[in-house]
Amino acid sequence: MNAATLPRLARSLLPAISLAIILGAIFWLQPRAASYLGLNLMLSLAVPIAFATVAQMCVITVNDLDLSIGTFVGFVACVAATMLKGGLIALPLVAGLYPEADPATLPFWLTTPLVGWLVLALGIGVYALLGALIHARDLPSIVVTLGMSFVWLGLSVLVLPTPGGKAPDWIRTVMTLKPPYVPLPIIAAVLIALAAHLLLMRTSYGAILRGAGGNPKAIERAGWSLLKVKIAMFALAGLFGTLAGLSLVGLTTSGDANIALRYTLLSIAGVILGGGEFVGGRISPVGAVIGAMTLTLAGSFLSFMRISPDWQIGAQGAILIIVLALRAVIDRLEKRT
Amino acid sequence: MANEGSRDAKDDGSLPLSRVAGEGRGEGLLRDTGGAKRSGEAGLGMADTPIIRLDGVQKSFGAVRALRGVDLECRAGECLGLVGHNGAGKSTLMNLLAGVFGAEGRIAIDGVDVSGRHGVAEAQARGIRCVFQELSICPNLSVAENARVFHAGLSGFGWRRRAGKLIRDKLDEIFPGHGISAADIVGDLPIARRQMVEIARAFTVTSAPVRLVILDEPTSSLDAHVAEQLLAFVRRFVAGGGSVVLISHLLGEILSAADRVVVMKDGQVVAERPAAEFTRSTLVAAMGSVAAEEKEGPAEPARARSDAAPRLRARPPRQEDGRELVAHRGEVIGLAGLAGQGQTAMLVLIYGRLRGAGKGENGAFVAGDRQQDGVFPLWSIADNITITSLKRLRRGLMIDRAGTRAMAEGWRERIGIRTPDVNNPILSLSGGNQQKALFARALGSDAGVVLMDDPMRGVDIGTKQEVYGMIRAEAEKGRTFLWYTTEMDELRHCDHTYVFRDGRIVADLARSELTEEKVLQSSFADAS
Repeated sequence: MNAATLPRLARSLLPAISLAIILGAIFWLQPRAASYLGLNLMLSLAVPIAFATVAQMCVITVNDLDLSIGTFVGFVACVAATMLKGGLIALPLVAGLYPEADPATLPFWLTTPLVGWLVLALGIGVYALLGALIHARDLPSIVVTLGMSFVWLGLSVLVLPTPGGKAPDWIRTVMTLKPPYVPLPIIAAVLIALAAHLLLMRTSYGAILRGAGGNPKAIERAGWSLLKVKIAMFALAGLFGTLAGLSLVGLTTSGDANIALRYTLLSIAGVILGGGEFVGGRISPVGAVIGAMTLTLAGSFLSFMRISPDWQIGAQGAILIIVLALRAVIDRLEKRT
Repeated sequence: MANEGSRDAKDDGSLPLSRVAGEGRGEGLLRDTGGAKRSGEAGLGMADTPIIRLDGVQKSFGAVRALRGVDLECRAGECLGLVGHNGAGKSTLMNLLAGVFGAEGRIAIDGVDVSGRHGVAEAQARGIRCVFQELSICPNLSVAENARVFHAGLSGFGWRRRAGKLIRDKLDEIFPGHGISAADIVGDLPIARRQMVEIARAFTVTSAPVRLVILDEPTSSLDAHVAEQLLAFVRRFVAGGGSVVLISHLLGEILSAADRVVVMKDGQVVAERPAAEFTRSTLVAAMGSVAAEEKEGPAEPARARSDAAPRLRARPPRQEDGRELVAHRGEVIGLAGLAGQGQTAMLVLIYGRLRGAGKGENGAFVAGDRQQDGVFPLWSIADNITITSLKRLRRGLMIDRAGTRAMAEGWRERIGIRTPDVNNPILSLSGGNQQKALFARALGSDAGVVLMDDPMRGVDIGTKQEVYGMIRAEAEKGRTFLWYTTEMDELRHCDHTYVFRDGRIVADLARSELTEEKVLQSSFADAS
């Protein structure tokens, strides 16, 4: 209600402004990108990244960090490209046991895609358990999830030793929809942002979840269970991570254990770029989705700049540093007022 | 009850809304506690059954006995003032009432014995609320969301609007003209407003009634006007049959707002009387120890202060008058006052200045919070002792292992650290011996000034005596000690004592002038 409002406003608008600047620069460099097709191409990969970013944000809300989200998304992609399409028999490991079987004569339990769904549900369950473990034993989440990242990677390789498999047709159909006027990735991003916003910012339990990041003691003193909060947040992270893997496999059509290794760092960067804080439960779901889109577009922008792919990761980092430096400046202004 | 009739006459007309609402909605919850409760609430004359009653309650934290048999009663329609010096047990008592932890002894709520099963949730369901100092609010949430955290019932469609209205109405009631919006993020509010939100929240009512509210230093960050609003509300709330426990070191506040005052010292209730029978000076006297102790006088004759240029002089940043802290060579200077009144900040300031001064003067710091600021928990005792002296213990670029060992061994003997081997991990020592190692670290360095930040917390009496002797001996050799302590007895070892309040030096006592009464007087002096 006073001078402090301006920096706060600037802070919440920074993600949107960064996105607008990158988008403007792309359109200026390559006017043809400003079309339905251009946006669809540039932003399609933003959908899984946005999901992964929201997953990371759930964990960051309760002052933890998930270093396994990248390999988890890869695991989901591998499961989706095998079991979700053809059941257990789609696993190279299992297929080896029935070398000459005719698909028509195989028992139901070997061919049903329900197995795939079961495995995905188990994945979310494991996330929930991790939350419980981290809370109950007071473990550092970084260590636990770093360990888990190797577990997920190992499982992915077991599921799909070599890149391949095939995404279920329905995922493929959903991800390649061409709605009139507005490209799918933009609609998807709006929906993801809206869903996460409603879930965490508008529901009454969402306030408890965020409060647990801001002052866990207070939440506990008010009679809430921090264990439930952690479980809820990690399960949500697992759910959004699963959605990230499914949408990714829909775009790539086949799976690969190493397909999403970059997502771990991208998702953290997206949350921070979107105005979230590592500690204190200060998050912005809308900002996180915008941050994910900005990071995706930064790649396209650098391609349009004709920067060689060798330098692109470095240049992407430079963009990140610039935006975060701007935020630090705004924070300092805020403190001064 | 009788003694407050005249005082509240003016407030009786405006019966607080919370009271009415609390009774109506609370009924469902109260029913199961039995008829005694209902009748107790129905008429003020029936206040025989206290809301909460403690009988011989004891509580220990490790070796420290925080409460040694406390009897206490909080009745409806009464404001209970709770005063005491540092470590008297006020906070422990407050946490106990709020159900944060249990204790030995009998605790009864509404006449029903709940010893052993008194928890936060039960306390809240029975209408016992607590305003901790800035601890129970989430800075990343909005004002309305913080109200929601407190009330499990605020959920479902439109919860945000309802929570906002609840907290706004209460803020309007307690602090008219507060200027807080329900959508404000609490962390963005100035500290006074944060405190207002926290207080208002404790008085809001949804499903459980509000019957007893414990306020711990509620006015510490409020300005005089807002503090008055709060105290007026407390009187209204109490007049309506509520009960308040008010903890404050502003004695004027206690005397004007409380009906009954309980004085604590060393984990015991040492006085309990109607507020009207206390005056500021009798209250201060009650907080101090028995007068006989004072008569003993200083342990050693006071020495005349030398006229030579002092070794250091420093003024607290918030000091407005010309007072400053002056320390000479060979002096032990005490920094006294209530906890957290700027003494540690003063030590840190001086330490920073000594470090910046470069050659010549050197400072060493003995931390009070051992685990947080003192020991390197994974290192050996020897490493912990020699860390500040490493410059002198080098051989080329390497650490001289034999030198460090010799130094650590030397100090082990001089100071009596009880360990078979100085290469054992520091955590193998008891708390008192760890503290000795920290003293060895400071005394073993070449520092001329040793700054001590309440270093004797949780140290046994034997160790304390040894360290006192060592401090004396080292001071005689020319070292200067700056000693922040919350214990009266330790000030007797100081040549000169500065009493701090609110970040300022408010009294400057030479050893000959030092009495507990004087220290308490200046620690508790009111702004008014």
